[in-house]
Amino acid sequence: MVVGGKRFSVTMMVIYIALALATFTMLLPYYWMVITSIKPQEEIQTYPPKFYVEKPTIQPYKELLALIPMGRYIINSVFICICIVIFNIFACSLAGYAFAKHKFFGKNAVFLLFLSSLMIPWQVNIIPSFLMISSFGWLNTFKGLIIPTLGWSAFGIFLNRQFIYSIPDDLIDAARIDGCNELQIYWNVILPLIKPVMATLAIFTFIQQWNNLVWPLVIISERSMKTVPVALAVLSSQTSSNFGMLMAAAVIATTPVLIVFLLFQKYIIKGIALTGLKG
Amino acid sequence: MTFVWEELKKKKISYLFIIVPFLLFAVFVIFPVIASFFLSFTDYNVFSAPKFVGFDNYKKIIFEDTRFRKAMLNTIIYVVGVVPIGVVLAVVLAVLIDQKIRFKNFFKCVLFLPTVTSIVASSVMWRWLFAGEKYGLINYYIVMKLGFKPIDWLMSTTWTLPAIMIMSVWSGLGYNVILFSAGLQTIPFTMYEAAEVDGAGFWHKFRHITIPLLKPTIVFVTIMSCIFSFQVFEQIYVMTGATSGQIGGVLDCALVGVPYLYDMAFNKYQYGYASALAYVLFFFVLLLTVINQKFVQSKVEY
Repeated sequence: MVVGGKRFSVTMMVIYIALALATFTMLLPYYWMVITSIKPQEEIQTYPPKFYVEKPTIQPYKELLALIPMGRYIINSVFICICIVIFNIFACSLAGYAFAKHKFFGKNAVFLLFLSSLMIPWQVNIIPSFLMISSFGWLNTFKGLIIPTLGWSAFGIFLNRQFIYSIPDDLIDAARIDGCNELQIYWNVILPLIKPVMATLAIFTFIQQWNNLVWPLVIISERSMKTVPVALAVLSSQTSSNFGMLMAAAVIATTPVLIVFLLFQKYIIKGIALTGLKG
Repeated sequence: MTFVWEELKKKKISYLFIIVPFLLFAVFVIFPVIASFFLSFTDYNVFSAPKFVGFDNYKKIIFEDTRFRKAMLNTIIYVVGVVPIGVVLAVVLAVLIDQKIRFKNFFKCVLFLPTVTSIVASSVMWRWLFAGEKYGLINYYIVMKLGFKPIDWLMSTTWTLPAIMIMSVWSGLGYNVILFSAGLQTIPFTMYEAAEVDGAGFWHKFRHITIPLLKPTIVFVTIMSCIFSFQVFEQIYVMTGATSGQIGGVLDCALVGVPYLYDMAFNKYQYGYASALAYVLFFFVLLLTVINQKFVQSKVEY
């Protein structure tokens, strides 16, 4: 629905004012977080609260790094994200290819089983998962953090399957006649064609895993194995007054995803509009 | 003969292609779901082996557990508050962005930022915005400017849940806006042109074309939001656990379903009971999913 033309109108002004107000509300918490993280303690506790800093400082960041090994947590989180992203894009596209173009016994049943898991909320299987990981002796390990998460690849497989399904069979047959085996077809024919899907899946997986709280929260108790969200949640529960430091931690936790988002926002917004996928 | 061999070989490779994701899926998704179902009929904590108790856990949840009742009541308040406000605001914003305006992409991106921000970080930010007394931004610039006394948002039994609800609307809005924007693209432009020829204004077009034709998307987003909101966990965990030291806040004022389950499982170690809770909650989620399927199938034609 479109109102107004090039002509300036009252309606257009109302629209811009409403959108400006929404923008302000959306950005204010971020601004307040950043500004608080560079305020000296006296300025944080001034009254009334001020929207600018008089003497910017990096003191809160220094305090934060002195208190917790944030660098280590970032490395933990990045490592976990990268492992899961790599597995997801390759394993999902390989499986997606088999589901889209191969004929084999039990294909539809297995695919439906995968799909049904999209409806399963984490709370239904977190207790047995935790007990199982605990009995494997995988608590506080990267194995424990990464491997169970790989089981939730149904969405990636579904996405890849839908996309690969639309690739013409002729293309695959031609490669087969030229003597390609299935793995070569996957690598030389399918992969180059599904790059956009892989990119979308990689970005979403990264954001999802970077922000993931529950699973690491349940299986990690050791200080050095925490991920960024867990560290932030724990820090928050221990902070009652040093909000400068808490905001510094929040800035560190938000910045990587915001960069990824700003770089790839077209993929992300298109991906959501197409699939209803949640970041 | 060679043909059969070829077929088998081809099938072997198909199975090889899916075997790794499938095994992981079977071990870490399917098996726990089934195990959880069996656990729900047992009395099981870290100190003793599971003991079969039949439907006792379920009976206790439904007929006796006052904390569960409180949690469900709060969940309903949360869903009824967050979903309609979130959907209505998102429809309005999506329609506004859909106009002939500049900076479309900028507005979409800004609205979407909170969706890519982790709920933990968002909760931490809002904890500071909701800070008590006159130091909190919301208290000073909204509550006190309106002439009220400052509210101790996250320590008060009345205001904790509303504070979390406000934060959740903020956090989920952009996602809904994107879905509605996509929905708006499917409405044929000729519809509006025809209405304009008939002399329809902004409101008429909104009321008689946009809303009816956007209805499938509205239904879909509403039900999806219900499903997500029903299972809210992280903001409750961070915003109450952090301020009162107990999940659900002072006197369980903001305790909802999933955090209650988490509390029973990982703080109180009642694995059997928590599994039964998981299945009770799962039942409601499935119910919503089934309703969703029904509605999605009966899409409006135009």
